Amino acid sequence: MKKVIGLLTAVGLMASPQVLAGTVTVSGSTSVAHVMEVLAENYQNVSNKNVEVQSTGSSAGIRAAKDGTSMIGMSSRNVKQSELNSDTKEIVIARDGIAAAVNNANPVKNLTQEQISKIYRGEIKNWSEVGGESRPIVVVTRENGSGTRGAFEEIMKLQRTINGHKVTAITPTAQVGNGNGMIKTIVANNPFAIGYISLGSVDSSLRAIDVDGVAATDDNIAAGDYQIARPFIVLMDKNAPSTAQEFIEYIMSADGQGIVASEGYIRVQ
Amino acid sequence: MLQEKRIFNRERQDKLLFAAIWSAAAITIMFLLWVVWHILSNGLAHVSWEFITGAYTRIGEASGIWAMIVSTVYMVGLSLAIAAPIGIMTAIYLTEYAAPGSKVVKTIRFCTESLAGIPSIVYGLFGMTFFVTTLGLGFSILSGSLTLAMLILPVIIRTTEEALLAVPMSYREGGYALGSSKIYTIYRLILPSALPGIVTSIILSTGRVIGESAPVFLTAGMVTQIPESVLDSGRTLTVHLYKLTQELFTQHEWDQAYATATVLIVLVLLLNMTTKFIATRMNKH
Amino acid sequence: MMNTASKARAQGMQLAPAKNFDWKEMFFHLLFLASAMVGVISVTTIGWFVFQEGLPAFREAGVVNLVLGREWLPPALYGIFPMIVSTLISTAGAVVIGVPIAILTAVFLAELAPKWLADIVRPAVELLAGIPSVVYGFFGLVIIVPAIETLFNIPAGNTILAGIIVLAIMILPTVITISETSLRALPPVYKEGALALGASHIYSIFKVLIPAARSGIFTGVALGIARAIGETMAIIMVMGNAPAMPGSILEPARTLTANIAMEMSYATGIHSSALYSTGIVLLVFIVLLNASLLYLNRKRSY
Repeated sequence: MKKVIGLLTAVGLMASPQVLAGTVTVSGSTSVAHVMEVLAENYQNVSNKNVEVQSTGSSAGIRAAKDGTSMIGMSSRNVKQSELNSDTKEIVIARDGIAAAVNNANPVKNLTQEQISKIYRGEIKNWSEVGGESRPIVVVTRENGSGTRGAFEEIMKLQRTINGHKVTAITPTAQVGNGNGMIKTIVANNPFAIGYISLGSVDSSLRAIDVDGVAATDDNIAAGDYQIARPFIVLMDKNAPSTAQEFIEYIMSADGQGIVASEGYIRVQ
Repeated sequence: MLQEKRIFNRERQDKLLFAAIWSAAAITIMFLLWVVWHILSNGLAHVSWEFITGAYTRIGEASGIWAMIVSTVYMVGLSLAIAAPIGIMTAIYLTEYAAPGSKVVKTIRFCTESLAGIPSIVYGLFGMTFFVTTLGLGFSILSGSLTLAMLILPVIIRTTEEALLAVPMSYREGGYALGSSKIYTIYRLILPSALPGIVTSIILSTGRVIGESAPVFLTAGMVTQIPESVLDSGRTLTVHLYKLTQELFTQHEWDQAYATATVLIVLVLLLNMTTKFIATRMNKH
Repeated sequence: MMNTASKARAQGMQLAPAKNFDWKEMFFHLLFLASAMVGVISVTTIGWFVFQEGLPAFREAGVVNLVLGREWLPPALYGIFPMIVSTLISTAGAVVIGVPIAILTAVFLAELAPKWLADIVRPAVELLAGIPSVVYGFFGLVIIVPAIETLFNIPAGNTILAGIIVLAIMILPTVITISETSLRALPPVYKEGALALGASHIYSIFKVLIPAARSGIFTGVALGIARAIGETMAIIMVMGNAPAMPGSILEPARTLTANIAMEMSYATGIHSSALYSTGIVLLVFIVLLNASLLYLNRKRSY
């Protein structure tokens, strides 16, 4: 039996390098992964090339692209210079809004940026303070390191400085969900919850709130009226294998950008 | 004081404790039935041949779990291929070779016990940094299997050791009396009679590999494709269920989650029944 | 039992034919020894690696600030005290609920249950042991969390209480199986003696059998606690994961394990090191647990 197992392992190991060369590895932001998985599947259908998408989070994606763990890294926030090699190039593949979302049963339709910021700082604790029922607000946030959280904190000025480090100002009593999906699950099932998620993953299970009277729509983001938006970035080493480059070319092509738009994100080409 | 109380209340106290024991057993069974019934009643209807053998896709509505099953099988097979030989040989060393109570034995036993005590998330932490990044294996079935192999090693060692200790001394004496060498005696006499125990240890480890989630997705990733080699990433059934529970909105998504949970419970049931079967056969011998 | 086996084994070794130096024997001896060393190497590598990676955070933030700090604000503050408290509370709660039920169920299986019933209950408990923790988490998410919301009329059911209930269910099989085994391993003399002296069946169970099987039951409880401390995914799904100090068991909280699992893939530099430190604290708890088990079980043997 041991011989058989040994043989299988050997075959597995021998087969791998050539498969490895063909496989494009992509990892990073869970928000970007949402559209990347669909792009990858379509690409495999047209080109017969294998693409692996791991949703690990923006910071992990940036790190993976830098140290070569993945060929392509995904980030849903702006990338700091200190996080990059000189050889890494950034490509914006789409733009995406961040929606502040509430349960369908919640009567509150509009909040100002300041109100949202105060809710997340833990200064506004009850829906009655912003025109809703008199029920405590269940604040739901993403985990540290999430690109959506990073961009949301930056735009909503939810940051403060401690010991020379920029840290979050979001109340520590907020519930934390890892991934857009978990936030959606909590908000969709809890009438008193508020969360923020990638606009592209908003569906009928919950409702995006108007911010300063502007609806969270692609048009309003493109026009610059809806402020809470961020780029979807992919990172790739200049010397990445040609298979990875070809996949990026596909994403930027009319086909790829069409998929980006049909998945609910804003095309860049 | 306790004595007096007992004289008066003993019968009532006995009855109370009797009731407590029965209700505790009832609560245990109730929880089990509740969990299993809840999952099966919601999931069984959605487990179909297409569900089990279908591909998982983000484009259409199809959402089969074939890729997850294949990844799980790869993961189980490779972890066992790494851990089983090492674990069995360790057990042989401990029972047949090492002088009982020696320093070496104490060290080895202490280390395997410690290995059993490490929380699985720490394995994940270690595996992700060591196998995935430092050794550069990436998110892959191989990284995951190496991590899980360390995790199941103590299970295999302990169960195999018990099985070897249960082999009657007369087997060894007989072997040596016939002039056969030590290794021959082990290979021809001791191992075969300890085989049911060894198989049990392998089934227990299989259950462990199937059940783990955190150390798996930190090392093997969560790609929903059929892995083509051990260096590809893959998503096991348990990780799949975890990912599904994060996106529960449409009825279809709920059905998928329940169906996946159902498949997992049925798998565990089958593994348990196999262990029982082997144990019964072992007792007959 | 162990002693007899060892003694017998020693005899067996003497029975081995004394031959000239045998290369084949030597080879296999070394091969088996080398395999046995894999466990030793694994545990040292993991230990060394975890400490090596965790030390920078201790050095940067200071042991006191890290272990007793109340604020988790990477990359500035790395206080994991709230998570230590949450881990302890959720584990303690699970033990308080789960252990009595488990020990009584073990007594039921070993002493009271008719054979046919025990033959149904025992495999059921084994099934309970084999169900993946994610399934328990899923069950907690769809049944226990909403139940807590309605029962206590609180805005969100993702609370420590939800974690406690899920963990209590999860530790049941571990404690039951090991306690039952140790109750069954008692020589019949114990029970016969107690009954002969006129004690009732129930009395002999609680005053004679359970105390006599103490060390096995302690071991079962310790393994149950270890499972509760180490549980990750089920907890992430039901406990809300807020890194703040919980005010009551009806508030969300984050355990040490959840902290590692949620942020591991993101962390870099000191942040990542702080997660390793979280792992070190977790390991320290496990070591303390095993040490107290050794201590408790040693006292008995006098």
